[in-house]
Amino acid sequence: MLVCCPVSYELSHLEALEAESIFIIREVAAELDRPVLLFSGGKDSAVMLHLAVKAFAPAPLPFPLMHVDTGHNFPEVLQYRDTRVAELGARLIVASVQEAIDGGRVAEEKGPRASRNRAQTVPLLEAIEKHQFNAVFGGARRDEEKARAKERVFSFRDEFGQWDPKNQRPELWSLYNARHRRGEHLRVFPLSNWTELDIWQYIDQEKVALPSIYYSHRREVFRRDGMLMAWSPFLQMLPGEEVITAEVRFRTVGDMTCTACVESSATTVEQVVNEIRASRVTERGASRADDKFSETAMEDRKREGYF
Amino acid sequence: MELLRFATAGSVDDGKSTLIGRLLYDTKSILEDQLAAVERTSRARGDEYVNLALLLDGLKAEREQGITIDVAYRYFSTVKRKFIIADTPGHLQYTRNMVTGASTADLALILVDARKGVLEQTRRHAFIASLLRVPHLVLCINKMDLVGFDQAVFDNIREEFRQFSMKLDVQDLSFIPISALGGDNVVSRSDKMPWYEGPTLLHHLENVHIASDRNLIHVRFPVQSVIRPMSAKYHDYRAYAGQVLGGVLRPGDEVMVMPSGFTTRIRDIDLAGKSLTEAFPPMSVNVSLAEELDISRGDMLCRPGNPPTSGQDIDAMVCWLSETTTLQPGARLAIKHTTRMARAKINQLHYRLDVNTLHRDGDSTQLKLNEIGRVTLRTTVPLFFDEYQRNRYTGSFILIDEATNATVGAGMINGPAA
Repeated sequence: MLVCCPVSYELSHLEALEAESIFIIREVAAELDRPVLLFSGGKDSAVMLHLAVKAFAPAPLPFPLMHVDTGHNFPEVLQYRDTRVAELGARLIVASVQEAIDGGRVAEEKGPRASRNRAQTVPLLEAIEKHQFNAVFGGARRDEEKARAKERVFSFRDEFGQWDPKNQRPELWSLYNARHRRGEHLRVFPLSNWTELDIWQYIDQEKVALPSIYYSHRREVFRRDGMLMAWSPFLQMLPGEEVITAEVRFRTVGDMTCTACVESSATTVEQVVNEIRASRVTERGASRADDKFSETAMEDRKREGYF
Repeated sequence: MELLRFATAGSVDDGKSTLIGRLLYDTKSILEDQLAAVERTSRARGDEYVNLALLLDGLKAEREQGITIDVAYRYFSTVKRKFIIADTPGHLQYTRNMVTGASTADLALILVDARKGVLEQTRRHAFIASLLRVPHLVLCINKMDLVGFDQAVFDNIREEFRQFSMKLDVQDLSFIPISALGGDNVVSRSDKMPWYEGPTLLHHLENVHIASDRNLIHVRFPVQSVIRPMSAKYHDYRAYAGQVLGGVLRPGDEVMVMPSGFTTRIRDIDLAGKSLTEAFPPMSVNVSLAEELDISRGDMLCRPGNPPTSGQDIDAMVCWLSETTTLQPGARLAIKHTTRMARAKINQLHYRLDVNTLHRDGDSTQLKLNEIGRVTLRTTVPLFFDEYQRNRYTGSFILIDEATNATVGAGMINGPAA
């Protein structure tokens, strides 16, 4: 007997996530006149940018990109950033941590564990104020970290850029409240409901280009706190630490001083997806020194105005 | 792989956090570094066993006070589905959070302590789930280990809840006896309750049929923005960007534009240069029309014979969300409905509903935080709406305080005001 299947009108989880993210990005562009998209060249911001381009195509991206530059960049990531910007004909604003340090507005951390991660908040807030941005797209995901699990998609910031976790606007249905006063702004997180695995599956599905360091390569590294740190002139070695060469890839990409890599032979997206499926450690646990200070390191940074 | 969003309600005492911890742990969604952090904290607090509930406390104040103050979102997936959990605290003062979590949920999971049975809190959570039209409701009778896995206890609670739920509008109701602590009937079937023949909780979450919960009949496409590239290459391209909130749209279909009432045909549906043969909820697409019409954000495309109600006088249930203000007749607020912003005046508060007893208090003069009431309001411009029970997305709105810009009310439309 021939049984014909009914039309199901089902969406895959990636299609549903994409539809939600595009809706969010379009809401921002429709309701706020000065948005900007944070683009670090990392995989999450690469996916967010891909979604933003899809949201308005064939029209060009209706807002600029911003990179908060710690000065401690992976050269491969900077190159990727500039290539993407050129391909899209987008406008890129660079908010420089080095300039903020040179101008005496940020104190540089000292010592072998010094990082410019926390220092990014000052130039970020300065650039928001200078350009009068009232919506800042960030690629943060709720699965990344427990303070982020409680953040809204449209996350309100007061005139000091601060996040008040106990006083967040309720967010119902898909009705986002973008209202704010002059000087205040919204951080908007279109990838809130995506997980690391979703991001990689989407990169695979959509053939999103990424910086080469996300795939296996040989690199000079050293072991610290159970993580593999990339050797670079920006990072002082501690006694007993020694440089070795290993096959590695990065699971997250941030400041060179606080981003670790993992041993991996995955050279394709498919191999990376398989590794993540089998992984027993979160991406922040595996590769972020900045979250290891305390249980509430992320919440503390976010309150100050961090991404 | 499909996406299922579910909201959980219950307090720490019901074992809600333990249940979520168990679901995440048994589906291997908790990774070693997260577990190590929980083990460290458990040890520091002197807990007897690793407290999976600690996985779910996000904010410093929550850990300090041992309470949950906000909706937290959790993610896990199996080979069948990806799940998004809106984990909402269960105390009375957090009705606001449960309403928030339930607003987007396909399924609500309510926990009952087998020793305590159906409590006021259970009834409140079930009522909110039905008010928010969450299509599927699951009552998990937890701590069966503490009642000797006794079928009679389960049957009594089921019967009592069934009686109560007849007063509610619940479309699909399931009962599952579990022990979150021991993992019985959560992910794997329990050998201690052979009398229970239904699915485990995870099996139910993986298989409950959700595709037909969306409205595929009444075409609703609120316009988010107009896409006009203004370039030589796409000189003639003009499309309306939006998310489909109801019905199925296909090229060639006749559509009517609200509020103008003009009709035309869909010329093309596309996204990022790729033409689509159809669009249905919740897809985000571009729709271009056969004729050039004056259409802007807040307008809506529908089928000519099947439009939404267009009106300025609306009868709705409102849940008040503000800690600092109350809702009173005469109040003027901003209102957001689909992609339309307007102002609204509260004309009348008909009654306040007691969420525990379902009693209607017709003498009340205001709604305070976490209170739910029936109001009529008038808007400055017409809204294009459906009854909330017909479409959750064209039947809902939020109210915004124009002085503080805070979201202060959540509304579910009953229909046009008489």
